[in-house]
Amino acid sequence: MRFTINGSKREADPDIRASLLDVLREEFALTGTKKGCDHGQCGACTVLANGRRINACLTLAVMHQDDDIVTIEGLGSADSLHPMQAAFVRHDGYQCGYCTPGQICSAVGMLDEVAKGWPSHVSDDLSAPMFDDGEISERMSGNLCRCSAYPNIVDAIRDVHAQEQKA
Amino acid sequence: MNDLAMDAPYRPAALDRAQQGLLGKPIDRYEAREKVSGAALYAFEQAPENTAYLAVVQSSIGRGRVTRVDAIEAEAAPGVIAVIHGDPRMPTGEGNSRAMSAIGKDEVFHYGQGVAIVVAETQEAARAAARLVQVSYEETPGRFDAAEVEIQQDHKLGFLPPVNRGDLDTALAAAEVVVDRTYTTPIHFPAALEPHATLAWWEGDKLTVRTSNQVIGGAKGTIATALGIDKDRVRVLAPYVGGGFGGKTGVGPEVIFAAIAAEKIGRPVKVALTRRQTAYMVHHRSPTTQRLRLGADHEGRISAIAHESVAYQNEDSAFLEPVPFGTLPLYAGEARRFRTDLARIDLPATGAVRAPGEAIGTFAVECAMDELAEELGLDPIELRRRNEPARDPTTGKRFSTRRLLDCYDNGARRFGWDQRAATPGSRREGEWLIGMGMAAALRGNFTVNAEAEVILGDDGRATVRTDMTDIGTGTYTILAQTVGDMLGLPIAAIDVVIGDTDLPPSAGSGGSFGAGSACAAAALACEDILAELGRRMNAAPEDMQLKDGVVTATDRSSPLADLVRGSPISAKGKTSPGKESQATSQASHGAQFAEVAVNAVTGEVRVRRMLGVFDIGRVLNEKTAKNQIIGGMVWGLAYALTEDGIVDPRNGRFVNPDFGEYHVAVNADVPQIEAYFIEEIDDSANPVGAKGVGELGIAGSGAAIVNAIYNATGVRIYDMPVTLDKLLPHLPPV
Repeated sequence: MRFTINGSKREADPDIRASLLDVLREEFALTGTKKGCDHGQCGACTVLANGRRINACLTLAVMHQDDDIVTIEGLGSADSLHPMQAAFVRHDGYQCGYCTPGQICSAVGMLDEVAKGWPSHVSDDLSAPMFDDGEISERMSGNLCRCSAYPNIVDAIRDVHAQEQKA
Repeated sequence: MNDLAMDAPYRPAALDRAQQGLLGKPIDRYEAREKVSGAALYAFEQAPENTAYLAVVQSSIGRGRVTRVDAIEAEAAPGVIAVIHGDPRMPTGEGNSRAMSAIGKDEVFHYGQGVAIVVAETQEAARAAARLVQVSYEETPGRFDAAEVEIQQDHKLGFLPPVNRGDLDTALAAAEVVVDRTYTTPIHFPAALEPHATLAWWEGDKLTVRTSNQVIGGAKGTIATALGIDKDRVRVLAPYVGGGFGGKTGVGPEVIFAAIAAEKIGRPVKVALTRRQTAYMVHHRSPTTQRLRLGADHEGRISAIAHESVAYQNEDSAFLEPVPFGTLPLYAGEARRFRTDLARIDLPATGAVRAPGEAIGTFAVECAMDELAEELGLDPIELRRRNEPARDPTTGKRFSTRRLLDCYDNGARRFGWDQRAATPGSRREGEWLIGMGMAAALRGNFTVNAEAEVILGDDGRATVRTDMTDIGTGTYTILAQTVGDMLGLPIAAIDVVIGDTDLPPSAGSGGSFGAGSACAAAALACEDILAELGRRMNAAPEDMQLKDGVVTATDRSSPLADLVRGSPISAKGKTSPGKESQATSQASHGAQFAEVAVNAVTGEVRVRRMLGVFDIGRVLNEKTAKNQIIGGMVWGLAYALTEDGIVDPRNGRFVNPDFGEYHVAVNADVPQIEAYFIEEIDDSANPVGAKGVGELGIAGSGAAIVNAIYNATGVRIYDMPVTLDKLLPHLPPV
């Protein structure tokens, strides 16, 4: 099968039982994407597939023929951070770092959903949702952080959103 | 080696003279860029090409023994390299430097125990083949129901012997007001987000494991003991650890399984427990029953205090939750009784989870204090003020530093405690009942042996080397800050090398002792470097000023790099407990405040605000310390409201061994939380004067929430967590 990973065309012949997560980690050594539960319960494996955030553990690799996958490594690198990565550093939006790539990918996908006007469970007006801390927390609740850096994660995302609004 | 036992209070003079201004500052993490970009490598990641995958076969009975393992079908499955069982070195459970589980036994102590392993070419093949292994058992009746098991008063488990001071019964009988309440707390999973994982390989007779572990120095010895080999043949690596919370303080059976498998197949082997396996093969915090009795006079002066509990353990393990540990030094009172009884049960092991003792003990005592305050008609803070002891009321030792009263005052002011309605259930906003609660936080402080080496290299850069771990606590960063301040170097000129047992042995991350002990060792090493720099400058160390890599002594100055060119300086430091550690009662302290809203119709509890003020000795890094404290407060929130490991008493299985049903806090559960520090450097604790941070935040935070729920509703719940089914029947009519 073929797909695009972080902008490069890649080929693979995965075990049909293999999740996208395991293929990214074990075959392509893209280990920034983490496995926390393998059940779709923790969000550590969040990647962007065709621009939308998904749990890479809940989808088989073979289902992604021709898809465009972006992982944490595709957002930015240690030498050249994506604004969301830089905001997580500034606001200390992590401790152990294990959920962090998933949080960051999820946050990037989430802000895109907000920009498109998609409402959430806590939106009062479904046609024009507000953007506030409550919305951030609700929309980020699929990403567990056992270190519980949630307040700092919210700060980081609010900061990036404000930057994007200015730009 | 600058070897300093804490026989007297000590602070390196160079720390007071430090010009670089790093310690205490909210500096971004040393390893920040690696973590946010996915470049940080955890135990399971970037293994060599020919690494095989290991899957664990777990017992399907709760008690008995394995009689036969039929591996024929599994061995024939595609991709399978080996099925291993009955190896005399295979452990039944976890081990640590104090105690080992049984080794090489066919006994099953609990459901989900590892009984065989499969090694295969791929993860998928290993997992599929593990299901094909047929295990036969001789099953014996198990004790799975906590309500039914026998309670032993006379036991030797745990490090906390019973305390009996004065005549409790007489004091209680004479007391004008008595609160006598029994609290229960649930099974608590550490649930680090990185599942326990290990990569093991042999080079000749030498074993290396890269593993997710908090205390690698201890792990090295434990692995050697389990395998029956010399300690020098084991190397443990843990550069990044995806959370620990106590669950990674020991060596899990999967570490030994991986080592055995790697030896047998002559290739590297790696294993990661599945999320559900972590519930069974990693220890959890014991559920407890805690009886609290407080006797006081009408003025609120406590004359009797008793904290008597029951905690659980299986037949294969030796730990016992030290439930009253935080209560011992907390309040005055002549008559004192503290004990924890043991109940043996056939479930996975219980063990140390974030703040063993204090996390749940302070819940009970702080809820009881709230009730006592109400009986007396006193503000809860005033009651605590009246019972603030001048010396440790249990041991009689002097306190090293104790700013608990300041924490109350400062916290009350910041939180707006004076806005709390004195009458429960009297503040309402629409269908929400609003209440405020507070509690004291206390976590004992420990000093442990720790060594570090600091090298001032040719280029004027410094490297600090120690076998510490950073499990999200900030170890990398605070080591760099300590060395930077001692030697006058910016963070960018310092390299931190940790997470490898080939480095000088340190404390590891556990019991909140890591930061103070490891930074103290690094500071002591730097003292020797400063002495050598003084010789090279022909100046006394106290006459030297160091900043930004330049040394100035009276009228001369020199770049550090010039002083070490061709002749780097290397020094080691060691800190250990001593007479002062013995002579003082040491703890970090805090005051926790919470505001909750309880839905009068549904019983749903929302935490609106949390605020804490903490006394943690020297603040090494404001950013990482605050983050950690807030994380602990969130743990208290989840422990008070949602976390609840449930056992099926018919078979000893967990009903909810994953994140789908065991509810840790999610982002939407957590409000913006405020944490503040009152800094008083504790020179009795260790040479950097820092006390524990990581476990303090969970102490008392759950009690503050439960007390706030009472203030909101007039309903006291004694059985944690406070789920809406427990609240709903007691709520006032809508």
